[in-house]
Amino acid sequence: MKKLVILGAGTAGTIVANRFKRVMDLDEWQITLVDPDPIHYYQPGFLFIPFGMYTKNDVIKPKRDYISAPLTLIQSAVEEVDPVQRLVRLANKQTLSYDYLIIATGTDIHPEETPGMAEHEWGKSIHSFYTLQTSLTLNQMLHNWEGGRLVVNVVENPIKCPVAPLEFIMLADWHFHKHGKRDRVEIIYATPLPGAFTKPVASRLLGELLERKNIHVEPEFMIERVEPDAKKIVSYDEREIEYDLLVTVPLNKGAEFIARSGLGNELNYVPVDQYTLKAQAYDNIFVLGDASDAPASKAGATAHFAIDLFTENFLRYVEGHELKPYFDGHANCFIETGFGKGLMIDFNYHQEPLPGRYPLPGIGPLTLLEESEFNHWGKLMFRWMYWHILLKGMEVPLPSEMSMSGKRMV
Amino acid sequence: MVAKTIAGKTVEVNEDGFMTNPNEWTEEIAVEIAKEEGIPELTAEHWKIINFCRQAAGTSGKAPTLRQITTGTGVSTKDLFALFPKGPAKKVARIAGLGKPEGCV
Repeated sequence: MKKLVILGAGTAGTIVANRFKRVMDLDEWQITLVDPDPIHYYQPGFLFIPFGMYTKNDVIKPKRDYISAPLTLIQSAVEEVDPVQRLVRLANKQTLSYDYLIIATGTDIHPEETPGMAEHEWGKSIHSFYTLQTSLTLNQMLHNWEGGRLVVNVVENPIKCPVAPLEFIMLADWHFHKHGKRDRVEIIYATPLPGAFTKPVASRLLGELLERKNIHVEPEFMIERVEPDAKKIVSYDEREIEYDLLVTVPLNKGAEFIARSGLGNELNYVPVDQYTLKAQAYDNIFVLGDASDAPASKAGATAHFAIDLFTENFLRYVEGHELKPYFDGHANCFIETGFGKGLMIDFNYHQEPLPGRYPLPGIGPLTLLEESEFNHWGKLMFRWMYWHILLKGMEVPLPSEMSMSGKRMV
Repeated sequence: MVAKTIAGKTVEVNEDGFMTNPNEWTEEIAVEIAKEEGIPELTAEHWKIINFCRQAAGTSGKAPTLRQITTGTGVSTKDLFALFPKGPAKKVARIAGLGKPEGCV
């Protein structure tokens, strides 16, 4: 019996386990997942909670609903991986041995890494929306807020869901309009990037969109510290921005056990071959989802596209064949733009997001880099697809590799 | 992509003024680009960072991020901003003849 251990039962870990369950001979393979949290979070939904568009119950389900026999789920944190002995030591004192290891422990926020951020004003005038708890706290805050200056800040890239801060800003703009407070709110986006987004065409189009919404972008703002009493953020080049309400995307890092096990880079992401997702240092460790250093978007869609072709490649590999360099970094994201609209971007390692139609060239129904109501409904419908199709490892009728059909060069 | 003469040598640069072939780089070129970037003189501290970036790019082929520089050299972010004002990662990449550090998607 061969042993496959999957660390992390979030989006990537759950999808890959259920894919394996469908295609592997489970008389030959024992598959064990490890995760400290019994709850599965629909993380894209956290964005909607501050504005009351989703509630807590919309974004949580028990992990047990998605992981069933013959898969085993152990509820524990990971202490350490010993890649030489092929052992995983767990916080609950159990030790697991493996033939193959999949690391899918994602990335998490670390507000304590920025001086002044996670101190006495955390949850009062300083907020985030990257966890269920921070979203719920921010919901309370916005409910009672009279207005003032809202500053949204990204501490350092890469972050999980790189479009989320933009969506948050545009949904906030809509929210304040709806509640008749927009004229009392000033919105500033302080980002370490040179513009609204990473890639030139999307950055320009999104930048124009923000300008039309009267949102000021403060580019190349590398935050050094928060001054929680003076209510201002200060950059390394000594620019200061005062705020009444700070919503931050704190430093993102991979899991601590990756550092303890000597498997990670400076941000605890595991260096991998970006086309096969195999760990560079070990032939029997793979990294799926946000936990690797692959230069793709840290997003559920990316994990899903990567896993689509991973299972087949892995099964060939364990039979002694070469790994195929299959993964093109494909990502696509809905971007909520407020007022019941959204846009969408579709891109990969080499091709930046362009305007056009998706998934059917010329038809859509989704529009790329252009606002439409259909995109917004697409995003809302996606939650159903996530719980009922994606997590269960069923095929989604979308191509895994990015296609240039339907995209316009601009 | 255009050809540009820096410190008496003709090299290829992209639209943002970053050299496209790290092998064309020389220390004299670094001194000239540093001047364009508002750094009149490269001190030993500057060279420590530049050399680290050249080395880091040698193994991975791309300019290191700010955090990779601070982790790799032990120089604090604050000091890096003092050495290469405004955007240190971008500035040092340009001076070291490397591509623009990749924005993270």
